[in-house]
Parts: sequence; C-alpha cells; structure tokens
Amino acid sequence: MVKDNFPLIFEISKPGRIGYSLPEIDVPETDIDRLLPEDYIRTEEPELPEVSELDIIRHYTALSKRNHGVDSGFYPLGSCTMKYNPKINEDVARLPGFAHIHPLQDESSVQGALELMYDLMEHLKEITGMDEVTLQPAAGAHGEWTGLMLIRAYHEANGDFHKTKVIIPDSAHGTNPASATVAGFETITVKSNEFGLVDIDDLKRVVGSDTAALMLTNPNTLGLFEENIVEMAEIVHAVGGKLYYDGANLNAIMGKARPGDMGFDVVHLNLHKTFTGPHGGGGPGSGPVGVKKELIPFLPKPVLVKKNNEFFFDYDRPQSIGRVKPFYGNFGINVRAYTYIRTMGPDGLRQVTENAVINANYMMRSLAPYYDLPYDRHCKHEFVISGRRQKKLGVRTLDIAKRLLDFGFHPPTIYFPLNVEESMMIEPTETESKETLDAFIETMIQIAKEAEENPEIVQEAPHTTVVGRLDETKAARKPILKYVRE
Amino acid sequence: MAFRYLPMTEQDKADMLAKIGVETVDELFSDIPENVRYQGRLRLKEAKSEPALYKELSDLAAKNVNVKNFTSFLGAGVYDHYIPSIVDHVISRSEFYTAYTPYQPEISQGELQAIFEFQTMICELTGMDVANSSMYDGGTALAEAAMLATGQTKRRTILISEAIHPEYKEVVKTYAKGQKLQVEEVPLNNGVTDIESLKNQLTDDVACVLVQYPNFFGRIESLREIEPVVHGNHSLFIVSANPVALGILTPPGKFGADIVTGDAQPFGIPQSFGGPHCGFFAVSKKFMRKIPGRLVGQTTDENGNRGFVLTLQAREQHIRREKATSNICSNQALNALAASVTMTALGKKGIREMAIGNIQKANYAKNVFKQNGFEIVYDGPSFNEFVVKLDKPVEGLTSYLLQSGVIGGYDLGKVDPKYAGQMLVCVTEIRTKEEIDTFVEKVRAYHHG
Repeated sequence: MVKDNFPLIFEISKPGRIGYSLPEIDVPETDIDRLLPEDYIRTEEPELPEVSELDIIRHYTALSKRNHGVDSGFYPLGSCTMKYNPKINEDVARLPGFAHIHPLQDESSVQGALELMYDLMEHLKEITGMDEVTLQPAAGAHGEWTGLMLIRAYHEANGDFHKTKVIIPDSAHGTNPASATVAGFETITVKSNEFGLVDIDDLKRVVGSDTAALMLTNPNTLGLFEENIVEMAEIVHAVGGKLYYDGANLNAIMGKARPGDMGFDVVHLNLHKTFTGPHGGGGPGSGPVGVKKELIPFLPKPVLVKKNNEFFFDYDRPQSIGRVKPFYGNFGINVRAYTYIRTMGPDGLRQVTENAVINANYMMRSLAPYYDLPYDRHCKHEFVISGRRQKKLGVRTLDIAKRLLDFGFHPPTIYFPLNVEESMMIEPTETESKETLDAFIETMIQIAKEAEENPEIVQEAPHTTVVGRLDETKAARKPILKYVRE
Repeated sequence: MAFRYLPMTEQDKADMLAKIGVETVDELFSDIPENVRYQGRLRLKEAKSEPALYKELSDLAAKNVNVKNFTSFLGAGVYDHYIPSIVDHVISRSEFYTAYTPYQPEISQGELQAIFEFQTMICELTGMDVANSSMYDGGTALAEAAMLATGQTKRRTILISEAIHPEYKEVVKTYAKGQKLQVEEVPLNNGVTDIESLKNQLTDDVACVLVQYPNFFGRIESLREIEPVVHGNHSLFIVSANPVALGILTPPGKFGADIVTGDAQPFGIPQSFGGPHCGFFAVSKKFMRKIPGRLVGQTTDENGNRGFVLTLQAREQHIRREKATSNICSNQALNALAASVTMTALGKKGIREMAIGNIQKANYAKNVFKQNGFEIVYDGPSFNEFVVKLDKPVEGLTSYLLQSGVIGGYDLGKVDPKYAGQMLVCVTEIRTKEEIDTFVEKVRAYHHG
C-alpha cells in the first residue's frame, strides 16, 4: 500500500480557490468562437491545481524543507564544485536592467548588458589563456558539443574530412563520449596508467591521422594533474589533432596554470561550478567556450564585438557553425559569474584555487588511514577514495553514502570514476571551513568503524530522512511519471 | 588579503599543511610542469567591495532599457507576462537554488516532487503522456526532438515549417549538421505552413515535420490537417507550442502530435536578455524510453511511503556514453520550478483567463491598427502576435518609440529582407487599452510624420 504521507499540489486542490491576480480585460471583447476556429478551442480543461496563495507558499516551503542545498550543509559532491553561492550575485541578476530586458531589443537600448557580456568574455579569456570566447552554450554538456562542432568545422574547412575520431580517457565522464557522438565523431578510449594518468604509450598507439581531437579534463576526474600534458599536446598536434579542455575542474588551477598555455585549443567552462552559478537543483548552468585564434571563424553566431566604445552583434560570420542556442546564452547565469569574478579579482581567484586544493589534500590525508586511497599523491581540488576495504565487510559505498545522510551531509559522488572500485569522489571546495571538514572527517571515520563493528547500521541507513531508501527498480519497471487523478 | 567567501585562516592553513606533510602550498602544485605553470598575476580587474561592486553593476544595469519601465510590444519567442510575486520568493528558497541534481533522493524529495509536479502540468497542458524535467530552452528542445525522430525512424531529412522561430530554425540546423542530416523548409501560404508543398516534400527519407503553434507570425497552424499527412508518410509530427496559448487552444496531443516542445518562459520566468529560460519536452507514451534528459518517477521506500527518484536513467548520457543520442545533463531545474509555481498559481481557471486576456487584447490592437489604415499581413485567427505592414523602415520606428518609453515590435526585415517593413507586434494580458491606443497612435504619427 502506498502511504500518501506528503501531498502533491494536485491533492490539496479544491474547486473555487484561486492563487492568481490577472489584470482586467479592459478592451472591448469579441466572442472567442469568432476569434478562433471551433476545432482549435480547447474543450477539456487542463488539470492544474486550484489553490490559494498561502496553500502554494506552504506547499513549496514544505518541499524546500525536504531538500538539501549548500546553504543547508556540506555538499562535497565530486566534480560538481558545490561552493557557496554568494547572495550579491542573486541581487545583481535581479536588477530590472538585467532581469527584465528582451533579447531582441534594439542594441542601443541594451549597451549595459552587452558591456557586461564583453567584459566577462575578456576575463574568461585571461583566466583560460584563450583568444576568444562565446557565451552562447547553456551548460557544460552543451559547451562540450559546441567545442567539438568547432573542431569539426575547423578540420572540414581544411579539407580534413578524414579526421573523425575523438580520443577520450577511460576515466572521463560519460558526457564526453556522448558529446563526441552527438557532434558526429567516433570515440576512441585511451587507457589510464597505474598512476591514474593518461597512459602516454597508449595515447601514441591510438593517435593517428584520423584523430580530430583529444578531450581531457585536467586535473582529471581522479583529481590528479596530468603532468605529461605538454607531451600529450605535442603528440596530438603532431597529427593535426586539437586538444579539448573540459573545464569541469577549473577550480583547481585558477591563476596557477591556464589551459591555453598547456596547449589546449578549445575550452569549455562550467560557470555554475567554478564561478558560483548557482546549481539550481540541476540548472540552469552556463557553458562558455574559449578557443585559440585559428578556431575563431567557426564560433557560433552572432559574435559580440566592440567598436568605438559601442557593443554590437556581428552576424556576418560565413564560417560559423551557426547558432547553438536561441539568443545569446544564459545571460542571467553569466551576470552571476561576472559578479563573482569581480568580487574576487586576480588574487581572490588564485586564493580560491589554493584553498580548494589545501582543503582537498587535508581531507584526503585525514581519511587515508581509514579508506583505500588508490592513487597516493597530491591531489588537486578533489580526490577519489575507494570503499573496497569496507565492501569486504559487507558495507558498500552506497551504504556509506546513505549513512552520511543521517549526519546531515550530502554524500560525495559515488561509483564514479568508473576505473576505481567502489569509488567516492570528494570535492570539499574552498568555501568550507576546517571545522566543517573535521566534522565530515570524524563522521567518515565513525562510519568506517561502524562498518567493522556494527555494519547493519550502515547497511540500513538512512535512519533520519523523510523517506527511507527508495525502490528504484520499481520506479523504472513500472514508470509513474505524472500524477493521475483517481 | 582576506575574502568573505574564504574561511581559511593563517592558523588553519598552517595546521592543514602540517597534516598534509608539506611546508608550502606551492608543493601541492609541483605536479604542474614548470613550463606551463602560470607565473604572473592574472590581468583581471581588481576585487571590489560589496557596496562598490553593487553600485557599479547597478549603474551598468541602468544603462539598459527594461520592460518594467518601458511598455513593451516585443515578443517573438520571449514574452512580457504576469509574474506572480510568490515565484521569486519560492525560487529564492536556498534549499532549492543551492542544491544540485537530485542524485540522493532521500534528501532531495522537495526538488524531485516539484519536478514530478512540473512533468504532470506540462502533460496536462500539451495533452501528452510523458514530459521530462526540462531542457535548456525551446530552441534546443525542438532540435533534440528532431534528433529523437531521426534516430527513431532511421531517416535523414527534417522538414521544418518556415513559420518556426528563425533562431529555433538555426539551432535545429546546427544540431542537424552534427548528425549530418538534411533540413528542408516548408514554405507558407498566407502565414501558415502550406499543406500542398508539405505533401510534395514528404519523401520516404523524411523523419519528422516541425511546426510551431501558434507560429512565429502569431497564426494558428492547422494541426488537424497536417497530422494525417505527416503520419501517412510514417514521419513523426513535432509541435513547438507556446504554453500560455494552450490555456485556450486545443492541445497538440489531441491532434496526434508525437512530440511537443516549447519554452516555459511565459510562466513566471524573467526575459533575462534571452536566458536562462526553460525548455519543455513531452512525448506520447511510445517514446517514453527515448526522451532525452532527466525524468522523475514515483516509487515507494521500504516502509511503503511514497517517494520520488530520477528514473529510466539507462536512456542517459552518463550510462550510454558514446551510444547516447543526447548529451544533456543539467537542465533548467530552477526555472522549471518557477514555471511550476506560476502554473500552480494560475491553476485551471487562471491559465484560461490569461490566454483569453492575450487573445482579446491582441485582437483589439489588431483592430485599432486596421482602423488606422494599417494592413495586417496574414490576417486571420491569431493568438497574441500579429504582423503590421509599414511603408517606412521599422528601424526608424523602433528608435522613435524608444524615445517615448515604448519598446516596439520586432523588425521582421532582420529575419529576411523579403519581410522588410513588417513589424511583429505582441500584446499580452498585461498591456492596457490605454497603452495599446497610445502605441498605435505613436506608430501612426511616425508613419505619417
């Protein structure tokens, strides 16, 4: 039996209640059946809720209490950079001159918005060491696909139609190969070596004249810096391939190293990660793409340009891959990122990286006695530990993650990367204090002890959440994807 | 220098470096090869205090003309609608906006349930069986629908109505290029998709036909006539719909659409210079396991409590990797929440009332233009947009109107020179009779001036 312990908004609906206040229709009215053909006038009302304004506020307030965000507590979700989301960002993005402007307004009436976009592009160019940036892509995955489309357009413009393969490390996130496929490439996997880095010999083996690009995250998904990056760039460039930088982990290198200097030709950034987006419960994000000079002609159009201190869009881009999104990108998120960059300045961003890396190494060293550390070397902004020791005791990484919920922590990313058994990927970020890190470390140590002494308490976790472990198999086997009134 | 987002003190740092076993922070970066280590100081603007930065950015924002201070008749895919005050209060709950994708359902029931409710409301409005948790925007949602169709039918041609938003068309073409697909446009007849041309263009390589409802010029496409033609060719019928219009228009699902996409921006999402908005994607049941993006499903916990989880993840990029047909991960969850709150506030009655407000006011404006001697191009049933013909360049009118606090309609000459002198006017429920009368009067004054 299903217990309806918390109602859906549809279940508190009552005919006759309203939650809106629309302006009156103060123009002479015409019968609707004279304005629309009969077939096109809706006859069945959509089953939307009928509730009062307070009903709505109570409902969503209650829902919010059943949700954990960075403001609720520690959120060390690896690869996601769950740092604090500054409140001034939210205020600036809500200024009427940013929030309430139409994308097709005359350019003369939106010079402030264009100036902000232009200056953000300038800042991102400097941070990444690239020659030009587009703000059009809506998210990281969208940026990946855009960047790969640029690389394809570049090769095709050179007549290199045979460059159809993108090389991706086995440790890469699944989005990388998916983006390559959607951009029309074939994917080749390059292996990692015993140090968790790309195996140079394997790279030499898979690279060839058909190589369009090597896609890399650096530091990689293990949180380790690919220290052979210069050699890798040379290998790929030698066959005419391009080097693609997945900016998911940029938080680890700001002011310390720049993708452009390492030999990368194309970069995408996740402004909602590194530059405090925020994450929004799963978006909206923003995924700008930076490129080196020779790829500029292919950038999505329109391209924002500055002339005589005025800003305008250049649509005359004959080699452009075209638009990847209506209008100019997720402007509202770009405003937040810009506010953050301007708050921190050059020293602040460098400090961000240093503190993020110190926090991650401190946690890694503190946890190393209790959990397996597959790659024992300095990490960057995140690290991966393995729960294989606990697994032998019957406690899986999933159980450890669920047990963390009882202590008010969001668990790390689990079972990723795929090349580490029972992996836990931990990214503390720089905005967390030593006290918070210590509390998490102590909890992890306690859970490791529980795994030895009292495994049931871990295996049966969580014990304190509003619902227990949910039956995902059932959800997938008999999908219920919307509410249906009985 | 201390920063308010960075809590690490000098003492913390010393203690932590000691624990790590290094003397300096630089040692932690020693794995970055010397020749690529960045030695200088980034040439960025210096950090600013909160008040100073807020002042600077407020001044920058004030350089823009905004639709709160000006009266806007500009639509063309982004609309000036009623935004209930409660929307921003709900999405400002930081439990929502500082969370990420609900990977841990036990502590994400709020987000998951809110998305489940969003999926339900989108299904109700579109008349479809299944809706996902959102896409980036209406344009990329439409492009992904075309990709689904080509993957499903194994056909390589996409037919797109000329009356689809021009920027959506461009996005579809870019996506198609990625998959090496053909895109052909179906021409118009009096502002709607020409059925005879469509019939001639339907070959056995056509995966899908894409139309917009109401279309870019504000006209209502004849979904009833198009559907049998498309399905007779075993192609998929894809409709990009304005969700507000669905408060009064028969939903595309009723006409047999296979996929309905669109942008939920009209539901409580600020125009924000074109983004972030909120794409939606709804399908008939047979495509449930092909839908891109994230889906929330209902299930139970071990005690029989109802709960919600991300489901059918075998469809998604992180599982399928190079076999994926879409690479979308993050979507527009927070904006989907804003749309949900707005749809909830409007409810069954308000959605219809809002739609009728649009149609009545736009129709009134259309009549006032006619009474003042203007030609309405493609006259006929429309929703909240219509096209006015001018004898002078629209560009000059736009500047003229801006000087008197009005954001005029969209210059269709920018879309195609063949539309020069045509202005796409949008009138939503928040425009008043007085604003409409003044607007037409100003257009007339410019026109005859």
